[in-house]
Amino acid sequence: MTLLRVENLSKHFGNLIAVDGVSMTVEPGELRAVIGPNGAGKTTFFNMISGFLTQTSGKIVFDNKDISNLLPARRVWRGIARTFQITEVFPELSVRENLRVAVEVAAGLRLSPWLSAARDRGIRARIDELLGMGGLAAKADRLVGEMSHGDQRACEIMMALALKPRLLLLDEPTAGMGDQETYDITQLIRRLHRDEKLTIVLIEHDMRVVFHLADRILVLAEGKMLAEGTPKEIAANEAVQAAYLGKVAA
Amino acid sequence: MGSNDLQKQAPNIVVWVLLLALPLWLPYVGGYMELGSRVVVLALAAMALNFLLGYTGVLSFGHAAYFGLGAYGAGMTIRYLVPSTGVGLLVGTLVGAVAGAIIGPMIIRLRGVYFAMVTIAFAQVFYFIAFRWNSVTGGDDGLTGWTRLPIHLGFTTIDILHNPVAFYFLVLAVFAVAVGVMAWLLRSPFGRTLIAIRENERRARFLGIPVDQHIWISWTISCAVVSVAGALYALLNNFVDPRALYWTQSGDFVIMAVLGGMRSFWGPLIGAAIFVVLQDYLSSQTENWMSFVGLFFVLVVMFFPRGILGIIRRKVAS
Repeated sequence: MTLLRVENLSKHFGNLIAVDGVSMTVEPGELRAVIGPNGAGKTTFFNMISGFLTQTSGKIVFDNKDISNLLPARRVWRGIARTFQITEVFPELSVRENLRVAVEVAAGLRLSPWLSAARDRGIRARIDELLGMGGLAAKADRLVGEMSHGDQRACEIMMALALKPRLLLLDEPTAGMGDQETYDITQLIRRLHRDEKLTIVLIEHDMRVVFHLADRILVLAEGKMLAEGTPKEIAANEAVQAAYLGKVAA
Repeated sequence: MGSNDLQKQAPNIVVWVLLLALPLWLPYVGGYMELGSRVVVLALAAMALNFLLGYTGVLSFGHAAYFGLGAYGAGMTIRYLVPSTGVGLLVGTLVGAVAGAIIGPMIIRLRGVYFAMVTIAFAQVFYFIAFRWNSVTGGDDGLTGWTRLPIHLGFTTIDILHNPVAFYFLVLAVFAVAVGVMAWLLRSPFGRTLIAIRENERRARFLGIPVDQHIWISWTISCAVVSVAGALYALLNNFVDPRALYWTQSGDFVIMAVLGGMRSFWGPLIGAAIFVVLQDYLSSQTENWMSFVGLFFVLVVMFFPRGILGIIRRKVAS
């Protein structure tokens, strides 16, 4: 059973065609990478799936329901969580407080004017669990805005995870990171995929990360779908080499 | 209670002790009871504004509308409908809260300067209605011919009209309830979603928080509390005039909140106290008192962007 089906999705900004009739299907448990040179329309494609942008044409079907016209918050309720290319967290709150907001919203408490002691214990336990999973336990009480880029990203991913998503969208999770941070985040994503059986779609520039993680890869170039296949197939694909890997080499 | 809890509670204890003991110490620093009531009433308005500004990240420049509606609601109820202070307070609060709740959906999609401008526009509409509708509101001369009335509790009567201390404690009791509700909400899961919106609206939205809905609720709570303050203001003066609805009144609330420190719960109270005392003192010395308040405000914002309470906090922390 397909979890996400994107059909012929397009986005025009005036005369600019950012995404041009791209289709993609993602199966449950899959880790899909979306790659392509700068300006290929990857982030625009992502933004339409998460509801950050509205498509010009095409359709997005999640869990057999058409979500093309739902507001972002409603897509989150259906089970789609995302991170951003530039980390989006609550900078003046601690890691624990960041996660608390996410955990409480996930528990359906967003409008609740109070919290019983029993519920609070459950929420604390869940926060601790997420802190441990993200490797953030030792930094739980630090302000997120004062942490390293890698830790901020880990916090953002754990906030998305707190929502118990059925599909996690990661927009360049290792962008702007050093080797060690890139390694840590890659391992985190790998654990989420393998141990938590999460379905993940990610955009990534770092080819080591992509070929290490992805089950399948979708290649975009100039808004169009260029190729799709396993990492091996993509590495051997001449059109991809010409349009993308070739450019990197040159 | 651990020493850590005690440290957290210390500011609350200090504020409440000072407020409860105000009638004892105010005369010694040259104050008088009406001045104390005025500080508490305007502090409530500034704290209501700050619920929205400091804890939701939304700047309203039109809160005088709901302050004024609360004031006219209370005054007109006592003047025309029911000669009762309690009913006046209640009706004033309801009028302001309902107006806020209705106007809210028209404006909550706007952000930043656009939101501020539209809130001013709505406030000016109410101002002109109050200004022009002579036969009902008294127009430019204000709504006169009424006073706050003694409160009958069955076993006793509290003469809040002639006893300024009794009136002060009525104001303080209402203040305590309203401030208590706001403090409670800010420590709840709902309150945390507001702080989340202030911190990063995009992240809040993609956690599944319908941001516009939460801003509407925050806005309506803020309008309700500022109209409580407006109703008390009418009772304090035994009078309402259109200036309570004027945009400069909205500006005064913003000045109080920013002056005292909008990231701290009690900041606007400090700001209101400084504003009211400066106004009281300077306006007896010079007609141009507002330029001095303005100068003081500019200096604070330039050198202490976190407000007066921000300075004190930093001193305590270091």
